[in-house]
Amino acid sequence: MNGKPLPPINPASQPFWDACAQGRLLLQRCGDCGHLQFYPRLLCAACGSRNLEWAQASGRGTVKTFTIIRRAVSAAFEPDAPYAVALVELEEGPTLMSNIIGCDPASVAIGLPVRVAFEGRGEGIAVPQFEPAA
Amino acid sequence: MRGKVAVIGVGDTEVGKIPEHSATGLCIDAAKRALDDAGLTKNDIDGLVTCNSMAEPHMYHAEAMAEHLQIFPSYCVSAGAGGGTTFAVLYQAALAIMHGVCNRVLISMADSLRTGLTREQAMVMQSSSGHPQFETPYGATVPGYYALIANAYMHRYGVTAEQMAAVAVTARAHAALHPGAQMRTPLTVEDVLASRMIADPLRLLDCSLVSDGGAAVVLARAEEAGDRPHPPVYLLGAGEGHGHEHISQASDLTSSHARQAGERAYAMAGLGPQDIDFIELYDCFTPVVLIELEDLGFCGRGEAGAFVAEGHTRLGGALPMNTHGGLLSHSHPGNPGAMFALTEAVRQLRGEAGERQVADAEVALIHAQGGILSSHCTAILGRDR
Repeated sequence: MNGKPLPPINPASQPFWDACAQGRLLLQRCGDCGHLQFYPRLLCAACGSRNLEWAQASGRGTVKTFTIIRRAVSAAFEPDAPYAVALVELEEGPTLMSNIIGCDPASVAIGLPVRVAFEGRGEGIAVPQFEPAA
Repeated sequence: MRGKVAVIGVGDTEVGKIPEHSATGLCIDAAKRALDDAGLTKNDIDGLVTCNSMAEPHMYHAEAMAEHLQIFPSYCVSAGAGGGTTFAVLYQAALAIMHGVCNRVLISMADSLRTGLTREQAMVMQSSSGHPQFETPYGATVPGYYALIANAYMHRYGVTAEQMAAVAVTARAHAALHPGAQMRTPLTVEDVLASRMIADPLRLLDCSLVSDGGAAVVLARAEEAGDRPHPPVYLLGAGEGHGHEHISQASDLTSSHARQAGERAYAMAGLGPQDIDFIELYDCFTPVVLIELEDLGFCGRGEAGAFVAEGHTRLGGALPMNTHGGLLSHSHPGNPGAMFALTEAVRQLRGEAGERQVADAEVALIHAQGGILSSHCTAILGRDR
């Protein structure tokens, strides 16, 4: 528990967050058209089908873009500043937001290969984070 | 819709730090100024559009403002689409007039972000635009979200920090000619590059202001618009475009649905980029202007940085831009910010812009966006129907 925001989990995302707590990153795959998507939602973003199943992502991706936050958004993030916020493109295709942890923020670059890590936030919740794949 | 509805009154409050008014006071002050400008009283108004305030919110904002003014409209709506709100409601209000729902619409928007909120409140409130589950947990600020776009855009096209800085320098040069602008001390590219880094690659002077203030307009049917104290300015075209809400869901980081919004507005007006005399774009951060210049057809992909740096968007250039100083130097009271671009465009088209008057200004394009380059609205205004 570090005071950072916890995701407000809803029924559509509960399986995703349950998996994160077990160290697994899930995507949704459409049972009709095969589209892979993030974030979890009720309908396939490509064809509109309700027929969605969970698929485990490899956890590997690359930094599509990033920034270094110099002034923390709130007191809970102040100990981390400056910290990197990135959009990570998973090798399966979908993009998600993450911090890039486990390295000097100044070493983050577009195209950097990264892999998922999970950061416990208390209350049984872990958020996906990414670190250099090295 | 082309030429059916006109702006017949405009009003700006003072901007900057205005502790003598709350957000409600600013909204009413702007409304009164626009009514005076139109030569009307509150009892002539039967349509009211506002947007909610962060500093002094009301659950039903437009209704609260109608009560405050003691007007009893037949069309009353509080719009909420972030910065894009301002121009989306412009054509929605025009539709209400065209279809006889009401006759004269007052659009008044204001907020008090500078004195009505602490810096911390303002930061947290603005960053709440992030997705609560999949973005907010990572601690990005609003400049941080836009920095993700800026970095991708610079990386893809080789646009430089100096070119982005030229946007801020141009805005300040124009604000210096506007007696009401919040920041009027001239800037150089070196000043921008020497300002502190906020969220790489965005520096302090790449970011817009935090302001108190508001502005209002009065719309009426074109047929009655000629009878007012000032020449009417006609709505020639408008269009929206919506790509995503959260930046992590954007299909492209270096272009936006400003393109679709612009195409729809051009089609309605029967005009193209070559017909536009000056532009007022949404400059919450310097690189946003560059992407909008490209999306709206004024520059090729990756070329807007050089276009601005070469001075083409300065007064006297081929395409004067943000002639009042924009969100970067005139003021940025949050969601109402682009209202000042609208009132400025009207004053320019009336020929009332004084030292900053665009010569022979006949047609203006104004564009606003909300979210993180998410929701867009373009409007085209003209001196003639």
